[in-house]
Amino acid sequence: MNSDRKPFDVLVVGAGPAGIAAAATAAECGARVGIIDDNPAPGGQIWRGESANRGGEPASWLVKLDHPNIQRLSGTRVFDHPAAHVLHAETAEGFLELSYQKLILATGARERFLPFPGWTLPNVMGAGGLQALVKCGLPIEGKRVVVAGTGPLLLAVASYLRKHGAEIPIICEQASRASLARFGLALLSQPQKIAQGLSLRRDLSGVPFVTQSWPIAAGGDGVIKDVRIRRGRITETIACDYLACGFHLVPNTELPALVGCRLRDGYVEVDNLARTSVADVFCAGEPTGIGGIELSLVEGQIAGATAAGRPEVAQKHARARTKLEAFVRALDRAFALRPELKKVPLPETIVCRCEDVTYARLKPHGSSRSAKLETRCGMGPCQGRVCGPATQFLFHWSPDSVRPPIFPTVLRNLAAMSCREAQHSGAMRGSQ
Amino acid sequence: MPELLTVTVNGRSVAVRAGATVAAAMMIAACDCRKSVSGEPRGPLCGMGICFECRAMIDGIPHRRSCQIVCVSGMEIRTDE
Amino acid sequence: MSAATYDVVIVGSGIVGAACAAECAREGMRVAVADQEMVGGGATAAGMGHIVVMDDSEAQFALTRYSQQLWQGLRSELPDDVEYEQCGTIWVAADDEEMDEVRRKQSYYSRRQVPVEVLSARDLERLEPNLRKGLAGGLLVPEDGVLYPPCAARFLMERAQAHGASLDLGVRVEEIGKGRVRLRNGAEFRAGTIVNAAGAWSPALTPGIDVKKRKGHLVITDRYPGFVGHQLVELGYLKSAHSSATDSVAFNVQPRRTGQVLIGSSRQYGVESKEVDHAILSRMLERAQAYMPALEHKSAIRVWTGFRAATPDKLPLIGPWPQDSTLYLATGHEGLGITTSLATARLLVDQLTGRRSAIPVEPYLPSRSSTLEHAHA
Repeated sequence: MNSDRKPFDVLVVGAGPAGIAAAATAAECGARVGIIDDNPAPGGQIWRGESANRGGEPASWLVKLDHPNIQRLSGTRVFDHPAAHVLHAETAEGFLELSYQKLILATGARERFLPFPGWTLPNVMGAGGLQALVKCGLPIEGKRVVVAGTGPLLLAVASYLRKHGAEIPIICEQASRASLARFGLALLSQPQKIAQGLSLRRDLSGVPFVTQSWPIAAGGDGVIKDVRIRRGRITETIACDYLACGFHLVPNTELPALVGCRLRDGYVEVDNLARTSVADVFCAGEPTGIGGIELSLVEGQIAGATAAGRPEVAQKHARARTKLEAFVRALDRAFALRPELKKVPLPETIVCRCEDVTYARLKPHGSSRSAKLETRCGMGPCQGRVCGPATQFLFHWSPDSVRPPIFPTVLRNLAAMSCREAQHSGAMRGSQ
Repeated sequence: MPELLTVTVNGRSVAVRAGATVAAAMMIAACDCRKSVSGEPRGPLCGMGICFECRAMIDGIPHRRSCQIVCVSGMEIRTDE
Repeated sequence: MSAATYDVVIVGSGIVGAACAAECAREGMRVAVADQEMVGGGATAAGMGHIVVMDDSEAQFALTRYSQQLWQGLRSELPDDVEYEQCGTIWVAADDEEMDEVRRKQSYYSRRQVPVEVLSARDLERLEPNLRKGLAGGLLVPEDGVLYPPCAARFLMERAQAHGASLDLGVRVEEIGKGRVRLRNGAEFRAGTIVNAAGAWSPALTPGIDVKKRKGHLVITDRYPGFVGHQLVELGYLKSAHSSATDSVAFNVQPRRTGQVLIGSSRQYGVESKEVDHAILSRMLERAQAYMPALEHKSAIRVWTGFRAATPDKLPLIGPWPQDSTLYLATGHEGLGITTSLATARLLVDQLTGRRSAIPVEPYLPSRSSTLEHAHA
C-alpha cells in the first residue's frame, strides 16, 4: 500500500480517447497526473492495439502520455471509492490506494447486448468484442463473419475485419433506412464524419448492408454455424464462422454513480466545464453521452484543463463541444432500438449469462431487485453489465443502486483498509 | 514475420503472436473458455473485460478474465473442459 | 371506501410473515398479507439462510430446535431453488478455552437429544482442509442446514396463497391497530387479528416495541465448489451476538449450493445507513482470512448490508401485544429469523386458536416487556 504516495493533482480513470486527452491536457497545464485503466495498455476500446509510433491520430494522442508529469497505471481496476479523494484499485500485483485532488472519470462505454436464441453459443460476440479479439491476436483471415445489431460501430468493425481478411456476407442494421438517412443529414455538419463515412463505404463496397434487419436465432452445436436474420418481412439463414452482434453502446456509469455523481437519463450530468455534481470530480467522454471520438477528445481536453485549474483553456473548446454534442442526439435518435427486438427472445432464451436465467423466469418480475433476489439475475461477476441494459430494454426495469466493489475483487484487496481507517481503527481493534 | 510465442491450453501447445491475449489463444485452440452454470459451452463475448464469459484458469489461478491478460511464453491455461 | 375484512392481516412478507401466512391460511383462516416491497425482502433478502440450533438460553434452544425440526420435515417439499442443504454447522474452537466450550455444548445438546460430535484438531483439518492450521477442534452439528431465504419465503407465501391468502405488494402500511390496517394510499384492511411481522420496521408501526436495527455485512464470492463443506462459525460468534453495545465481527462462512462462499458476519447498533461501512467490512474480512487464509485470493463479487431486528434479551416477540387485543407480534428475530420462522408461525397459530404449543410460549410473549430492559453482557 502506497501510504507515502502524494496525492495526484489530477487522477484520470480510463485511458481511452477522453482519458488520454484529459491527462495530456492536465499535464500540459502543469498538473501531476495519474491515468489508470483496466486494459493491459492505453487506448480504451476504439484505440485498442494502437501504438504511439505508428502515425495517425491515435498515435499523436498516445505519445502525449509520455509527458513527464503523467504516471500511467495500466491493468488497474478501480473497485471502490471509500472516501472523498480516495480510490481503491486492484492490479495483478495486489492493491493500490490512489488519492487525488481532482478526479476525472473517463470510463467510456460498453456494447449493449440483447438476447436472442443461440446468442450464448461460442463465436457469437459483440461487434466491438470480436474486433477486440482480432486486435489481440485472433486470426480472422478467411472466416465468414456476419455483422449485426445497430450503430456506427458495425461499419467500423466490418471494415476492420474485412481489412484483416474476413469475409463479410452481410451487415444487418436494425434501424430503418429513413432513420439512417436522417442521421446522414446530421452528419453533413460534421465534415470529419463525412470523410469517415465515405472511406467506410469504399472499404465495404460489395458488402450487402441491409436495414430493418436483425438476428432472430443463432444456430449450431457447441459453436455457431449459422444465423437466421429477419429482413423486413422475410427471414434468411446465413452460414458463418462468427457473429459480431452489438446494439450500440451504453455508458459505464458505475464508478460515477459510486462516487455520487448525479445521472440524468442514465448519463452523467456535467456542466460545460466537465464538472459533475460532486466537488472535484469531472466526467468526460461517453459516460456523459455517446458521441464518438471527436467529442470524447474535446470533453477530455475540457476536463483536463478545468481540473488543472485552467478553465480559460477549457473554454477554448466550448464551441467545438456544442457542435459535436449534436452528434450525441443524432446517434441516439438514429439507432434507437425498435420494439420488435423485445419479441426476439424465446421463453427459454438465457438473458442473464452469469447465472443462466431465462427470459421466462424474469418476465413476471416488476423490478430488477425482485428478479435478482429470486433468480440471481444480475448477481454474477458481470454485476449486471451485460444483462442490465438488456432487462432495461426488455422489461423496463430501472437499474439497482451501485455498491462497492464495482468490480469483482479478491478478498485481500477488499479487506484492505485505507491508511486513514487503518490508523483510526488500530486503537479500536481490541473491542471484538 | 511477427514474433510468436507458445502457451499451453489444456495441455496442448498453441502458438500465438506476441501481444496476443489468453482469450485469443483459447479461441485459436478452438477451446471453450468455460461451462456456464447450466453446463453450456461459453467463449468471449465483450472482448473488453466486463462480461466475464472468458474466465479460465491461468497458471493455477481460476476465474481470470483471459481477454485482459496478455500471453506470456509457457503460460498454462486450463478451461472447464 | 369499504374495507376488506379478514381473519388475519399480516404486515410484512419476509420469511416470518410468509411462514405465518402459510400456517394461518392452512388453518382455514382468511388471510391477507401486505408488504412495502416484495416477498422475501428486508433481512430475509440480506441474511445468510443458516438453520441452526443455538444454546444461548433454554428458550432460544427450544425455539431453534423446534423450528429446525420443522424445516427438516418440510425439506422434501421444498423446490430446488430454495437450495436446502443439510450441510451441518461446525462451531470452530481456536484454543483450549474454546474447546472447553465445545465440550459444554456437546453435553448440553446430548442431554437434549441433538446429535453432535466433538471434533479434534485432526478431525477438523480433515473435514475442512481450508481452515488454518493450529485450531483446537470444534463441534459438528450435523442436523443444521442452509437454504436460500428469498426463495424459501416465496415458497411459503405460495403455500399461503394456495390456501386462499391474498397478497398486496408495494404497499406502504401507515397505521395498524384496533382491527384496522391502513395503507398510505387510503385503502384499509379490517382484521380480527393483525400480525406485525415487519422486522426492523415493526417499531415504526407499533410504537413501544423494543426492537432495534442491528446492521450486518455480507460478502459473496465467485464459484469455488468444494472450498468449504459446512457452515463454519467461530465460537467467538456467541460473544459477538451477545454484545449489545459495541460493533463486532465474527468468523462465519457458508457454502452455497452454487459453490459460492458466503462470508459474514458483523453487528452494529445505532446505524441507520445502508451503505457499506469499510472499516467494519475490513475487520470482518480480516477475521475471515485469519480463520481461512485461502479466502485471501478468492474473488468477491458482491457486498451488501441488512438490518436484523434485535431485542434486548435476544428472543423474538411472538404473541399478543398487551395494549391492543387485535394485535399480535411476530418480530425481533435478530439473526435467527430463517431458523425460527416456522416455529414462530406455529406458536402464533396456536395462540390464535387457543391450542397448546409444543414448547412453552412465555419466553417469547410481548407481555414479557418488563424483562426487556435488562441487556445481557
